[in-house]
Amino acid sequence: MTAIDHSILTWILLVPLAGAIVVALLPDQGKLPNWIALLTALGTFALTLHLPAHFIANQGGFQFEINRLWITDPAISYHVGVDGLSLWLVVLTGLLAPIGVLASWNAIQTRRKVFYSLFLVQQTSMFGVFVALDLMLYYGFWELSLVPMAVLIAMYGRKEGPKAALKFFLFTFIPSAPLLVAILWLYARTHTFDFVTLQVLLNHSVFPAQAMFWVALAFLFAFAVKVPVFPLHGWIADTFAEAPVAMAMVVAGKLGLYSMLRFHVGLFPAQARAIAPLLMALAVIGVLYGACLALVQRDFFKLLAFGTVSHFSLVTLAIYGLTLTGWNGAVYQILSLGIVEAAMFVLLGALDVRFGTSQIAMYGGLAAKLPRTASYFVIAVLTMIGLPLLSGFVGEFVILSSTFTGASRSCAVLAALGTILSASYMLWLTQRLFYGPESTFAMSKPSADLRFGELAALTPLVLLMLIMGVAPSLWFKTIEKGVHPPQARNSMGLPPSVLLLPSVIVTEPNTEGQQ
Amino acid sequence: MNTATPHIEHFLSLWLSQPEPGGFFVGSSSEKFTLASLWLIPLAPFGGFLVNGILGRKLPRWLVTLIALLAPLVSFLVVLSNATSPAFPLAESYGQWINIGTLHIDFSLVLDQLSLVMLLVITGVGFLIHVYSVGYMQHDKGYARFFSYLNLFLFFMTTLVLAGNVLLMFVGWEGVGLASYLLIGFWFQKPSAADAGKKAFVVNRVGDFGFLIGIFLLLANFGTLTFGEIAAKLAANPGWTGGVITVICLCLLFGATGKSAQLPLYVWLPDAMEGPTPVSALIHAATMVTAGVYMITRTHFLFDRSPFALSVVAIVGAATALFAATMGLVQNDIKRVLAYSTISQLGYMFLACGVAAYSAGIFHLVTHAFFKALLFLAAGSVIHAMGDEQDMRKMGGLRKKIPVTFWTMTAAVIAICGIYPFAGFFSKDAILYAAFLQGTGGKVLWFVGLVTALLTALYMFRLWYMTFFGEMRSHDAHPHESPWSMLGPLVILAALSIGGGFMGVGAGLGRFGAFLAPITGAYTAESSTPHLELYMSILAVAVALLGWFIADLFYRQRPQRPAQVAASLSGLYNLLYHKYYVDEFYGVGVKALLGFSRWFLEMFVDGAVLGGTAWLLASTAKLSGAILQRWQSGNLRSYAAWLAVGAAAVLLFALLPWTNFWPASMHFFQRAGR
Amino acid sequence: MNLFQQDVPLAWYLLLSAALFSLGVVGFLIKRNLITVFMSIELMLNAVNLSFVTFAHQWHMQFLNTQSGPGADAVKGQIFVFFVMMVAAAEAAVGLAIIIAVFRARATLAVDRIDLMKL
Repeated sequence: MTAIDHSILTWILLVPLAGAIVVALLPDQGKLPNWIALLTALGTFALTLHLPAHFIANQGGFQFEINRLWITDPAISYHVGVDGLSLWLVVLTGLLAPIGVLASWNAIQTRRKVFYSLFLVQQTSMFGVFVALDLMLYYGFWELSLVPMAVLIAMYGRKEGPKAALKFFLFTFIPSAPLLVAILWLYARTHTFDFVTLQVLLNHSVFPAQAMFWVALAFLFAFAVKVPVFPLHGWIADTFAEAPVAMAMVVAGKLGLYSMLRFHVGLFPAQARAIAPLLMALAVIGVLYGACLALVQRDFFKLLAFGTVSHFSLVTLAIYGLTLTGWNGAVYQILSLGIVEAAMFVLLGALDVRFGTSQIAMYGGLAAKLPRTASYFVIAVLTMIGLPLLSGFVGEFVILSSTFTGASRSCAVLAALGTILSASYMLWLTQRLFYGPESTFAMSKPSADLRFGELAALTPLVLLMLIMGVAPSLWFKTIEKGVHPPQARNSMGLPPSVLLLPSVIVTEPNTEGQQ
Repeated sequence: MNTATPHIEHFLSLWLSQPEPGGFFVGSSSEKFTLASLWLIPLAPFGGFLVNGILGRKLPRWLVTLIALLAPLVSFLVVLSNATSPAFPLAESYGQWINIGTLHIDFSLVLDQLSLVMLLVITGVGFLIHVYSVGYMQHDKGYARFFSYLNLFLFFMTTLVLAGNVLLMFVGWEGVGLASYLLIGFWFQKPSAADAGKKAFVVNRVGDFGFLIGIFLLLANFGTLTFGEIAAKLAANPGWTGGVITVICLCLLFGATGKSAQLPLYVWLPDAMEGPTPVSALIHAATMVTAGVYMITRTHFLFDRSPFALSVVAIVGAATALFAATMGLVQNDIKRVLAYSTISQLGYMFLACGVAAYSAGIFHLVTHAFFKALLFLAAGSVIHAMGDEQDMRKMGGLRKKIPVTFWTMTAAVIAICGIYPFAGFFSKDAILYAAFLQGTGGKVLWFVGLVTALLTALYMFRLWYMTFFGEMRSHDAHPHESPWSMLGPLVILAALSIGGGFMGVGAGLGRFGAFLAPITGAYTAESSTPHLELYMSILAVAVALLGWFIADLFYRQRPQRPAQVAASLSGLYNLLYHKYYVDEFYGVGVKALLGFSRWFLEMFVDGAVLGGTAWLLASTAKLSGAILQRWQSGNLRSYAAWLAVGAAAVLLFALLPWTNFWPASMHFFQRAGR
Repeated sequence: MNLFQQDVPLAWYLLLSAALFSLGVVGFLIKRNLITVFMSIELMLNAVNLSFVTFAHQWHMQFLNTQSGPGADAVKGQIFVFFVMMVAAAEAAVGLAIIIAVFRARATLAVDRIDLMKL
């Protein structure tokens, strides 16, 4: 451990914030804010790469930990750290920051200063959510992550920005009030906000069951809205349609899913186990419901929104299937979807900037005019629908197979139906945008193929899709240690490969075949 | 199921000799100097795909051609260099792909007799079709793109065949679907082509869903996906039959019906003819569509344990063979006739698998690859000659104009009809004979196969007569023979269609059967009745000749007859012409799903129920806000007045003795009274 | 008995303070001109100051008489008065500036027409 290892997380949190301040102080001239934001984002990304480079893969628990008492009473600490679960999410956030800047390069024409400084604040808050190990600190970052998002949706909405922002704000802010109450209740009982301490305490002492039920539910509710889990997805379609692409590509999924895994299942395993059947049912409904709705959307951002609901519901299924293999797959799928969604948003955003509409019906036959866009789009689509040797397949296969063998066969079969539907709507979208004769609308607009900046954003994403599809072990090696929550190994005396769910049949090979 | 178990042990002893993981170039072969280099077989085409796909538009055309042709040639030569290997199977592993918990999937390739036969067909016929495409596509703008897709297809197809475990096979399985999607929609500006590509992918996905469930069941029940280990567990437990194995087999079969265009998922193949003709020849006739047959043969140790599943395979095969042949009778598009013929012939192969005559199925796969590729390439040559006209009603009399195409195609037509001594005769005969020996049910299947043979001869000679005989029915066409880069492959394939059958002559399918026997079990169709096989063969040839005769009667001697027959049987004719309205039936299903999504899910659930709830919550908040807002008049004095009233109220509250606002010791009145 | 030597009773000061405060409140509530309103606030502040001083004096007297009172705490009231005067001065500076700004913007000083805070 070198000195940098003891402060790297602080740097990761501070650099975007410093960049935000610099952007805010310097004049809003030309592309100056863009360049500062890009440099800051690249610098932060370089810092996040330090983490996997120096991460000790076969060591459990948190690394790069910093723990300083911040406020004595109530005892709030500046406690941050990463483990295998959050490590790659931090890197993903770091990677998406410069890509977000590049995606906004031409899309944001007015008030660049405001946009980029809020964008960088958003980065800090997301890093904070992933590294915070003190519940109060975590809550602060969680709330902070909602504000720049809502403001930017309101400012840069395509048609009804303020309305979408209000919807987003209400949907995501209201559930965080019970979350705060629940955190404070825990503090009143345990006198600590520290995640690690709480995890041990909650596993070893007895708390009133009914109160714990409500506390766990408050945590779950806040996270489920952010994922979003059916039926709490009301905000996502408008948010995707209105938000600037750099914001939309990070708004859904990873924050909520990570929080579920770390703070709901991680802190309240008994409560999570009790509510798991409900969550699995909702997840399966979400997979099919989102896919069916995606089939009939007329706006490509909304199509992507419902596709996202469908795909993230699959991850929810894996989390509440409560199998360790499933959790590995869940984390992997979060990473894969993060990359694919970013690529989709860059591409659809590029179309939106060039043609000024997100109505699918207006497009047609772009492949001849924009061959590069078409190629990248097809690769992203194929990853999204889980074609083997691309990253989406690994996550989907691990999730579905572990659900099938370890949690619930019927849920796995129903969720697998989603693979047919996702192929249908994504290929339909591809066909409507790129194939067929060129539409009169598309012909009326002069348009260039992808610019250098867009290519610079997309090429690493596409390469990652390929590498993650062929060599997932590079990631699983570290993820595997992270998703072993201590209570699964020690406190509850379960061996790592056994499931948390008692009602699950651990399949005896060939019991049925022997009759 | 007479060929069931005895071969498994032998199979195992070969399969279980896995190499140590990670060992590059280390085959299980005892001869250490043999560099099998199996990885070259898929990766050579992949390299071609990358180079032509990324740089293709900037490279000169000759270089694109060179790279595109080199890729299958290298694969073919690597396969050939291993063809005489004394120690099958050659297994190589290139490290782990997925490795978490109890899930271990390796990149492992295995070359054995079965995959060798498949690879020779894929890379050999594939190379010929690449050569043909150089001529066929020479004026196309997307020349490099075409060849990069074609190479991509070869990459996935060879992966499918070489895969040492089910999941890697699934990689190839989905991958060839992708290549097929890209190539069917190659002329993407044609909406029908883009539609057909999408349809092919989605229908295949439906089948893949079944395959995926099958994989999950294998994982749950065997704990492994490696073919060898599954076979080993089965061999160690002779009692495992039926039950879950039947379910697994039916799931795999469902996957196979998608890829191999069998009932009920055949609908994509006729539409797939929107792709360029070499694509139809390579993917939709010779190689990809046979993947289902290969998959069933590869996992035959499972099917052998489930007589029920095998019967289903046989019934699906026979039904598809007949069903598709009837539709082929009335098609007017030359490529669509061939498409239905392909579906029908694949039905024969499934029939062979269903009666456990796997080597006969593979034999027919090989001969079919020769003559069906030839038929498509020759049809492509006809289309080329006619200036991109595919409607047979506008052709005729081409025999003299394009003689090489005519003669090669004639060889293929005779071969597919199963007339001695052409290739199709031997393989089809082996299948029908094996079916006939399978009890009463088998005789029904045999009869269906025989009727299909009659129909096959009928529609193939119909095509032959309509295309090459009579008078030219189009006036603006100027037929010309194709260049030699196209005719060369035709001649080679014609030779194979004529002589290819002789490798399967003799007891137990001759040398071919003996070569495959370690994997599939020997072809052991034997009967106590003497000369039964000879009589059966004569009957089959007679039926084929009868079909030829009818076609001759209808389409050469009295060309006006077909229309009269169609008019008198208009109900039947329409049913066939509209392909039994199956597409319409599936269309209704899709429309129903879309309607359900739009009207029930989107409008009712998402809009009314969920949106309504959110609106109710929001408007409650809004309403209470509107009421409370009236206090916030903005008028300074009203704020002050409320402030004063509030202060007075608090003061009053504090002063009243019964409110106990203050602790007793601090109470004003008490203090005053002190 | 000399009228001027006799201490004015505590209650009289407090009554005066209450009267001044009430005048301030009433003026604040009923006057329309912003400057008058402002002066009413000053009046209220001074009424409070008066009661502070009164109580402080009372404590001080008690201390002198009994030698056992609150000691140095006796001058706290006066200190508070200085604080209040300080705040009042600052408020006057800022408040008058605001009034001028409002007058420039709206050309009126009638409080019921200045309702910028209304949602």
